[in-house]
Order: sequence, then structure tokens, then C-alpha cells
Amino acid sequence: MQGSGLLAYNFWLALRNIRRNVVLSILMVVAIGIGIGASMSMVTVNYRFQANPIPEKSDVLHYVRLDSGDPNAQNDAPPNQLTYLDATALLRAKRAFREAAMSQARMAVVPPDREQRPFFARARATSADFFAMFNAPFAHGGGWTAAEDEGAEQVVVLSAPTNDRLFGGENSVGRTLRLANGDYRIVGVLDEWEPSTLFWDTSSGGPGPVEDVFVPWSLIVANALQRQGNTNCWKPLDGTGLSAFLNSECVWIQYWAELRNEAEHDDYVAFLDAYATEQKALGRFPRPLDNRATPLMDWIAEDGGVPNEARVLLGLSILFLAVCLINTLGMLLAKFLGKASEIGIRRALGASRGRLMQQYLVEAGIIGIAGGLLGIALTWAGLRGIDGLIDEDLGSFLVIDWKMALAAVGLAILATLVTSIYPTWRACSVQPSVYLKSN
Amino acid sequence: MLSMRDITKTYRTELVQTHALKNFSLEVAEGEFVAITGPSGSGKTTFLNVAGLLESFDSGVYSLDGRNVAGLGDRELSKLRNEKIGFIFQSFNLIPDLNIFDNVDVPLRYRGFSAAERKRRIEEALERVGLAGRPKHLPAQLSGGQQQRVGIARALAGSPRFLLADEPTGNLDSQMAEGVLELLEEINAAGTTIIMVTHDPDLAARAQREVHVKDGMLVQSLAA
Repeated sequence: MQGSGLLAYNFWLALRNIRRNVVLSILMVVAIGIGIGASMSMVTVNYRFQANPIPEKSDVLHYVRLDSGDPNAQNDAPPNQLTYLDATALLRAKRAFREAAMSQARMAVVPPDREQRPFFARARATSADFFAMFNAPFAHGGGWTAAEDEGAEQVVVLSAPTNDRLFGGENSVGRTLRLANGDYRIVGVLDEWEPSTLFWDTSSGGPGPVEDVFVPWSLIVANALQRQGNTNCWKPLDGTGLSAFLNSECVWIQYWAELRNEAEHDDYVAFLDAYATEQKALGRFPRPLDNRATPLMDWIAEDGGVPNEARVLLGLSILFLAVCLINTLGMLLAKFLGKASEIGIRRALGASRGRLMQQYLVEAGIIGIAGGLLGIALTWAGLRGIDGLIDEDLGSFLVIDWKMALAAVGLAILATLVTSIYPTWRACSVQPSVYLKSN
Repeated sequence: MLSMRDITKTYRTELVQTHALKNFSLEVAEGEFVAITGPSGSGKTTFLNVAGLLESFDSGVYSLDGRNVAGLGDRELSKLRNEKIGFIFQSFNLIPDLNIFDNVDVPLRYRGFSAAERKRRIEEALERVGLAGRPKHLPAQLSGGQQQRVGIARALAGSPRFLLADEPTGNLDSQMAEGVLELLEEINAAGTTIIMVTHDPDLAARAQREVHVKDGMLVQSLAA
């Protein structure tokens, strides 16, 4: 028999067998679908945490760290954030092609429509380069200039949802918005922007929509914005008040540099080392030199990667898939051994073991495909369930994309085929003469 | 056509060894109709299984249509079985959820014939056994005699060199049995070699030669 003819025949027989044992077949599809749904939900979560959020620029974006930390600490890496003193010094030096200091903040927003109630917005205070560095898409206007930042001008960029909420999606550039401590001029409105994670701030970011408003970095001090995010201090503050905090060894600022090639990277790290050495002379930086400009994906792997909980759940979900597959194996074994007499007849009529195995593997493959398709639906439902369990709005973070959907079907087929090898082999190894005589 | 020399077949369990065939030798010429007789447990069915390449043997030489089958792999044995041998079983062994047409189609599918060729052969075989008008019937919708005729059509459709029949009338009443036997005689007359295992002395008498088996050995070979 020609290969394609045999395949078509096997396909026809498989569909016939599935129809004949429809309840058992549905049970197998459901078992595989649930297993695939559970495991692919967790695979998707892990995958999304590790995915490259900005592939076109991930090679040139570097997270900057200076080791200004505690000399007695057992850390083998510098602190994850910078002090205000150091961030300000780096910004002033302007040694990278682009660079941005940043911190999360919380700002009260007074809507221009008096009917709307004021609300708190998630804000990011950052440097002018931020928008160009992270390819922020603008619907209207643009970011502020470095001069506006240095001049502590009260300008603001709104996210698309915020602009929708406050101005009904109209072009609001040029209008004034009252934020916590004054009137801000709107200079830009972002287009829809859904990076897979807020990778620019792993200390307080993670999955979720971009911040509601963006304001110049200088305002965090000039307007004493209400900061949010992690702050770590290894040394007591020398005094009280904002000034003491700004001059302390407390780290709370994320700092990014755009370094376009290896030479720029090496030059920048050399600059960081020179700066740290200079600071040592001033009595700071008590630890050995360890200053880094880490490429984005290395940084995500090092700090912002998969949470331990997600890893544990992934392991558990794979165990669950294994249990589902063992159940499927039992059902396949029962189903295929129930065909022993037909197998005996086919063997007598000239089917080799290989051909019969092919026939039953095709049947298992069809069940696997159906299980995979159900698995995609259950993965989608699972991700929605996880999204619902988490308070934060994860936006499009937990979405199954076509690559994951293909992977789900592929995994289902592969898992079912592997699972079916033993039942198929057992069924096809029957001694045909036994069944021919007793049938 | 079929040549067995000193074939030995032993079934072993942990406690018991059963010598099903002991130095069994038989020659069957092309076009012969041979009946294999003997009491229960004499080795008739084992002979049929070995002859039909459904079971291996321990020692001896077995040539089928001039080909020594010793050492052949599963794929080659299956091919040989498909091309050279047609089986007729006491319990018909039709696949219950396939209709008559599809049942007869089974060996042809493994043979690699085109769809048109398969259709031609199936229709011809069903015509030959008198069931041309019922291709869509399921086996359960037919009488025992008709089911056996389907079994014979299936065995004939691939134009095998010989038929192995295991008690082909054992499950039929005398009228149906006579019809089936007449059909076998007709097939033999057309040139197909037939080896038939039977308990029934009257049936054996209709064959050209009767071979009597006892305790796994051929004890008598008589021309009818």
C-alpha cells in the first residue's frame, strides 16, 4: 500500500474507532486537555516572565548598578538600585548614548471634568531619554526635553487609558492637568502600549499596564513627589528630612543606559569604576569595585525573572500532566487490548506489527490533537483564572499567543504518542492465533 | 507448493512442555485439496498456524511456494501471508463493525492495490460467493453460512496461491455446510490449493487426500 493510502486508511479507521468508543475517547481527550491546560497555563506564566519585552533593543539597553553597599553584607552583586547622589552624578556626566534615572511615584489626579472624582495615579518620574530608550509609542505630542527636565518644568505625559479617562481619548496635548501639587502641561499622550512586563523597574514593576502618568525626573525632588517602590538603606541617615534622605546611602532609583556596542559598554563600565574610585577617596563605596551595566535580558534573568512560586507551580502542573497521561495510558491500554481480536484478524490477513502500530498511533495522534485543542481553551481559561486571582491588572501579560498555542497542540500530540507507545505495542504483540481460534 | 520437513513445535510453560508437532513432514502439491484430520489436541491447529505463518516453529524446514520461511522477519512474513495465503476460519472472524465490502477490503488494503483494483476484486469475490447484492450489510445481518461466504470472499479477493481452512463448516448446519463445501470444491477446481482442517470424516472424504495427525505427528496420508 502506498504511504499516503495507508495513512488515509489508518485515519479512516481511527475516526471509526473513536466514534465507536466515543465516551472513552472523550474521557481521554478531557484528561489530556486538562493536563495540557494546567501545564501550559504555568508554562505561559513562566514564558511571559522570561520573554524579551523589547527584542529590537534588548541588546543595547543596560541596567546600571554601582556597589555603594554595606561592606559587611554577604552579597555577591552590587545593590539593585542607586542612591540619589550617584544617579544625579551619572545623569550629570551624560556618558551614555541615552540614559534615564527613574522611580515610581503616586500622584493625585484632579480630572478636568468636575463630575469625575479625583483619583490616585501610578506615576513614573524619569529622565527625558526614557521614551526614546524604551520605544514608547506616542499618539499625540512627545516626551519632554532634557532642558525641561533640568528646569523642573511641570509637564506630563499621559498613558492612553489615562487620556481616555480624563479627556475621552481626544488629543489633550497643550492642555493643563491638575496633579497632586500643581498644574502640569500635557506634552504627550502615549499610544496603546503593552510591554509584556514593566521591565524598566523590576523592584516594583513586573507584569501590568504601563504607568498612568510620566513626569520629569527632577520633579521627584522639586515637587517632593510621593515615591513608591523599594528603598534600602544600609547606613542610618545623617539627619532628618528630604535633604538627609537625598544625601544618604539609601538606594531607590533605577538607572538605565543605552550603550550601542561593546566599546560603549566597556567605556561606560570604566567610567563607573572611575566614579566609584573617586567616591572611595571621599569615604564612600567601602566594598571592592563591582560596578555593572547589565544587558536587559541578563538583568531579567538575574533579577526580574520567574518568581519562585511560578517555578513551583510549573513543576506541580507538569506532575499533574503526568498523572493525566498515566490515566490516558490506562484508558488506551484498555481500549487497544479490547481490539485484540480485530488485531489478530488483521495480522492473519497480512498486516505487519509495524502497520498496526501505525494505525493505532494515528488514532492516538487524533486524540492528542483534540486534547491539545481542548488544552488551548483550558489554558486560556486557566490564565484568565490566574489573572482573576491576582489583584493587579496584568493587562495582556497572561495571554496565550500563537506560539504557545502551537506548543500546546504539539505537546499534546507528543505526550499522547509517547503515552500510547506501550499500549500500542502491547496490543500489536498479541498472538493472533489465540484470538482467531477463540473469537 | 507447501513443503514441511521435520517441523517441531513445542509450547513451554514453567512446569510443562507440550510437543505440539514432532518431526512433522508434509508435501502439498499445487492444486491439491488436502484434509487434515485427527482428534482434539493432536496438533492440527498448530500445523495450520505454522503453515499460515501465524506461529513460528522450533526446528525443521518449511518452504512456502518455494521460499524457505525460516529467519524471515515479521514484515516479510506478513507480506507472504497477505500475498500467498487465504484464511477461512471456523468462527468466520469478520470484523463486526465493518460492512461486507470493507471486510473483504482488509487484506487488499495491506496489499497496496489501487482503489479501482480493490473495488473490482471485491465485487468479483462477492459475486463468486453469491453475495454481490449485499456489500453494505454488516456481518450481524447475515446468516452463518453467508458470513462464511464473506470469509471465503475475503480469502479469495487477493488471489492467494492456497487457502487454509480451519473447520470451515464447524459452525454451520448441514445445508449451509454443504453449500460452503461445494464452493470450496469449485475454488479448488479453478486451481487454488486448499488445506482444510476438519473433524468431520464425511468432509475429509470430499478432499483429494486425507492426512491424519496424532500426537503432533503425521500418521497416515491417504488419497480419498
